Amino acid sequence: MAGFDKVVSSYEAAMEGLKDGDTIIAGGFGLCGIPEGLIKQIKHMQTKNLTVVSNNCGVDDFGLGILLQDKQIKKVVASYVGENALFEQQLLSGEIDVELTPQGTLAEKMRAGGAGIPAFYTATGYGTPVAEGKDVKEFNGRPYILEESITGEFAIVKAWKADRFGNLVFRHTAMNFNPMAATAGKITVAEVEEIVEPGELEPSQIHTPGIFVNRVIKGSFEKRIERVTTRD
Amino acid sequence: MALSREQVAMRVAQELQDGYYVNLGIGIPTLVANYVPDDIEVMLQSENGLLGMGPYPTKAELDADMINAGKETVTAATGAAIFNSADSFAMIRGGHVDLTVLGAFEVDQNGNIASWMIPKKLIKGMGGAMDLVAGAKNIIVTMTHASKHGDSKLLEACSLPLTGVNCVKKIVTDLAVLEVKDGAFHLLERAPGVSVDEIISKTAGKLLVDGEVPEMVF
Repeated sequence: MAGFDKVVSSYEAAMEGLKDGDTIIAGGFGLCGIPEGLIKQIKHMQTKNLTVVSNNCGVDDFGLGILLQDKQIKKVVASYVGENALFEQQLLSGEIDVELTPQGTLAEKMRAGGAGIPAFYTATGYGTPVAEGKDVKEFNGRPYILEESITGEFAIVKAWKADRFGNLVFRHTAMNFNPMAATAGKITVAEVEEIVEPGELEPSQIHTPGIFVNRVIKGSFEKRIERVTTRD
Repeated sequence: MALSREQVAMRVAQELQDGYYVNLGIGIPTLVANYVPDDIEVMLQSENGLLGMGPYPTKAELDADMINAGKETVTAATGAAIFNSADSFAMIRGGHVDLTVLGAFEVDQNGNIASWMIPKKLIKGMGGAMDLVAGAKNIIVTMTHASKHGDSKLLEACSLPLTGVNCVKKIVTDLAVLEVKDGAFHLLERAPGVSVDEIISKTAGKLLVDGEVPEMVF
């Protein structure tokens, strides 16, 4: 009896059930706080026609960018894709579709999706290309646009620590979109640096409660830095 | 003479007030952090989830889990808070950030801003800019007054896809400080040695000049 034990011991088991055409919601900001091993597993599985929802799409040879190499991605929903030459190339050639989404709207789409809220009004993007085709409504004299929330067949997140029940703690700014993404997957997989026993994490310090998490795997991380900036 | 990038940042820093929460965009706005007056405290918000951004780390402090919105490694200042992206944008969209400083390609006399896309040339995405301009109580735009080819960036109506509408309140360019209100640019200050005539000639939108225009003081 597994009870609430969410720990799996292989990447195959972690991503079991992913199929062509699925939507994957991924945590991370740039290369910070990304589930490196789960992304490599998706590349290994060669799943195609994926819709990937993530703030960014990695770089050419790391992070979500590696899924572009074999054209596994059909569509990307992201706020900024400027770090990735391969992406730009596939976009201009029409091989990939992109839905550029304001960063706050993207976070809220995930949060609302995970919370069972199908859509919400926001001032962000009103009067811009983002508003095209969307419902506009005034509240207190200010116009807002209607944005639909997002859920996916899978969510993949990276956390610092997990207990066996899937309670997650993130470290520093590697938190970013991960808590939102974790709520929005039908199957949420967390790749973590350390797995501890239930009771070892202080309950009030848990960022993502285990109810949102289906599988936990201990990963090993390269943690590549996009822009090393130092003052010495 | 036109201001340097550092001088533009120095002039923007004069707009900071004690106790302000401030979001600084990439480029010249980032430099504003270097010129915060000694007698005030401001806290920098980085939209990837950090309130209280500190200086760049030393090599020994370098940490891949500690970055800013420009994906540069940073440190947390004393009293900083770290949080998720939805909370970060609740601060921004909920109007809790006192001041946003960002760059732009164009601003028009109605306070509309274009800063994220040049069709067929530059399609990288808007990041957090649309949320910031829709949510901040106060927005200052920094940019050069005219392009390298001499084309004004202060227009009657923006020609590029917009980032936000009716939101820009103040502009600091390499030539002038201008306020945007009631459908016009109002000239407040000029860069040392720059004539009002030069500013008029490089402003394509409606520009109002009221009396003597003082030079900026640094």
